[in-house]
Amino acid sequence: MAQQARAKAPAGVTGAQSLVLALEAMDVDTVFGIPGGAILPAYDPLLDSVKVRHILVRHEQGAGHAAEGYASATGKVGVCMATSGPGATNLVTAIADAYMDSVPIVAITGQVSSAAIGTDAFQEADIRGITMPITKHNYLVTDASQIPRVVAEAFHIASTGRPGPVLVDISKDALQARTTFSWPPKFDLPGYRPVARPHNKQIREAARLIAQARRPVFYVGGGVIRAGASQALREFVDLTQIPVVTTLMARGAVPDSHPLHLGMPGMHGSVAAVTALQKADLLITLGARFDDRVTGQLSTFAPEAKVIHADVDPAEISKNRTADVPIVGDVLDVIQELKGAVAADQAAGHSGDYGAWQDLTAGWKSTFPLGYSTPEGGDTVAPQHVIERIGAISGPESVYVAGVGQHQMWAAQFVQYERPNAWLNSGGLGTMGYAVPAAMGAKVAQPDRTVWAIDGDGCFQMTNQELATCVINNIPIKVAIINNSSLGMVRQWQSLFYNERYSNTDLHTSVGSRIPDFVKLAEAYGCVGLRCERPEDVDATIKKAMEINDVPVVVDFVVHRDAMVWPMVPAGVSNDAIQVAKDTAPQWDREDDEADEQGVVDQLEAGREGR
Amino acid sequence: MSKHTLSVLVENKPGVLARIAALFSRRGFNIDSLAVGPTEHPEISRMTVVVDVEALPLEQVTKQLNKLVEVLKVVELEPTASVQREILLVKVRTDLHSRSHVLETVQLFRAKVVDVASDTLTIEVTGNRDKLSAFLEVLEPFGVKELVQSGMVAIGRGSRSITDRALRSA
Repeated sequence: MAQQARAKAPAGVTGAQSLVLALEAMDVDTVFGIPGGAILPAYDPLLDSVKVRHILVRHEQGAGHAAEGYASATGKVGVCMATSGPGATNLVTAIADAYMDSVPIVAITGQVSSAAIGTDAFQEADIRGITMPITKHNYLVTDASQIPRVVAEAFHIASTGRPGPVLVDISKDALQARTTFSWPPKFDLPGYRPVARPHNKQIREAARLIAQARRPVFYVGGGVIRAGASQALREFVDLTQIPVVTTLMARGAVPDSHPLHLGMPGMHGSVAAVTALQKADLLITLGARFDDRVTGQLSTFAPEAKVIHADVDPAEISKNRTADVPIVGDVLDVIQELKGAVAADQAAGHSGDYGAWQDLTAGWKSTFPLGYSTPEGGDTVAPQHVIERIGAISGPESVYVAGVGQHQMWAAQFVQYERPNAWLNSGGLGTMGYAVPAAMGAKVAQPDRTVWAIDGDGCFQMTNQELATCVINNIPIKVAIINNSSLGMVRQWQSLFYNERYSNTDLHTSVGSRIPDFVKLAEAYGCVGLRCERPEDVDATIKKAMEINDVPVVVDFVVHRDAMVWPMVPAGVSNDAIQVAKDTAPQWDREDDEADEQGVVDQLEAGREGR
Repeated sequence: MSKHTLSVLVENKPGVLARIAALFSRRGFNIDSLAVGPTEHPEISRMTVVVDVEALPLEQVTKQLNKLVEVLKVVELEPTASVQREILLVKVRTDLHSRSHVLETVQLFRAKVVDVASDTLTIEVTGNRDKLSAFLEVLEPFGVKELVQSGMVAIGRGSRSITDRALRSA
């Protein structure tokens, strides 16, 4: 990457100027951050940069999530900046979040002067030590001459292989020292070999299993989106005619409208997606990691399935579930090569016969569609309805960014995703407060897209200070607060598993009192605040929000507080125990009444004879 | 559980040891012993890590280590195909009566006396773990006042070198 940037002859500069020049050479157009003592030298040349726009946030966590939103919406590296000590530690949650969800960001932090390191100096924290387990790599730079090399390496590491966060901690004296800047710098990464070519033998073996399988499923994870492999995957799906499930991180990797798309698997997945994985005889796993929220009780997950597991990170393969065919490589390469191998098999007359399986899975999809019940009386708003309508009215070209909890699951279920990078959320870490700053970052990266933060009343209160950043910097995001006056997902678990004892989940944001009043709060920030409390006003309110594009809009959707996320597989049990509503297992048709393996196999055999 | 000896070649940079130790603790792997030192190449350090894990977690340990940017190479050294040594320094209580017995034990184990005081002998011995524990068992009745033991270091038998190959691939 650095090699492609414009070459610069050595020039005498300060370390801080060198840092800004290096960011410019990496084509960084936006940095989210907050200055402070140790990073101050870097902010001086930043003021003069015409290429790098610095957006002053209100909390460093917001800077981190904004960098994530920027990166997730575009695939480019997001950049955030903070000072030493508390500035740096405030970035930690966002860095951990980026690590779990493989988001390419570079975090630059100031550090106290090298002579003071280790003395418990003012605003000193060992941020490199703190972030070791939550970064792909990190640096402490105390020598100004190293700044260009470290910046180039940081961007290279963040964006190649399995993407992830890289932290660069620079001591104040290194920023102030005189040095020379030349570009491109020489890399020095002998131990970093991020991508292996997919092994031919494994590709052939995978193609053989695909041809032999009777009940195969594409188990698609977020790696497909990070690798930019959605289009290739779609072609592969069309070629093979194998049903697909997309995980929470992969929503949009295959269009929801695709007839073979069965929905999202996992704890709140669709019956069709969860059941297809359970009954499959082959999982074609692409950029997914057998997360516990997908597998449920691991020992009973997809018990009859052989596993093809392709991932760019060798450590993911056979970490949780042993792979029969491990393939290490960029998932785009893997898909292209597999597609070639399967096409060759088909040309030679070895095509898989999945017709009966397609019928069966399509039957589950039509028999058990995602749904929700309208609250009794008809005068309170169903949260699912709000989210469904936002998706329908705003459309597939918009970006949808969720916080964490019930609203996140509903946004994953009821917005129809037709393209990759349209759905941003905190999947692995589950960071409440992700939505508003990440939406801000996405909107900065893609100002022409409508960006909706679909947030909860709990999540919103963790990071809503960034509305100030949005107003001042002309970043007109739209925020839909799905306000059930509760920490909704926790409340749902208390309803189901703790005898409706609602310990510390009442937020008082709509039931009984409005603390805070979100409309007034929005207005105090200079946003437009809207409120919707009746089902008949939902569409009109969304349309009104769609018409306001010069300032951020915050809509307080006051919704039914007892709505729950269904289907659900309770934590720690088998996915076979999926419930479509409280205490309600799916009612299977008579023929797959015995929803056991033999029943499915019999059906498939019968189906084939009938052809 | 079973013990495995890993030779880990790393870039000789500040913070590498912390990074590796942190990885073991974060992923819940048990380190039995760890030794770090320079190699014949000044830019490369070598760690010998003895881990106590089953085969599958061992694969995870190796893969996770390989993901660290500063790790150049991870090799498992089989006990039969390598030389594995630890060093032990032990201070044993002696009097006129017991001193000759202790010296006899020192000879038997091909250990050596490195310091003498009026009522103690300090002994140095190297060997594999079995030898060192056998040695300690024999000394125990005399009274062990203090002991210190190194982590294990290990090197493959034969003429091949893992550092050569690491440098070439780097």
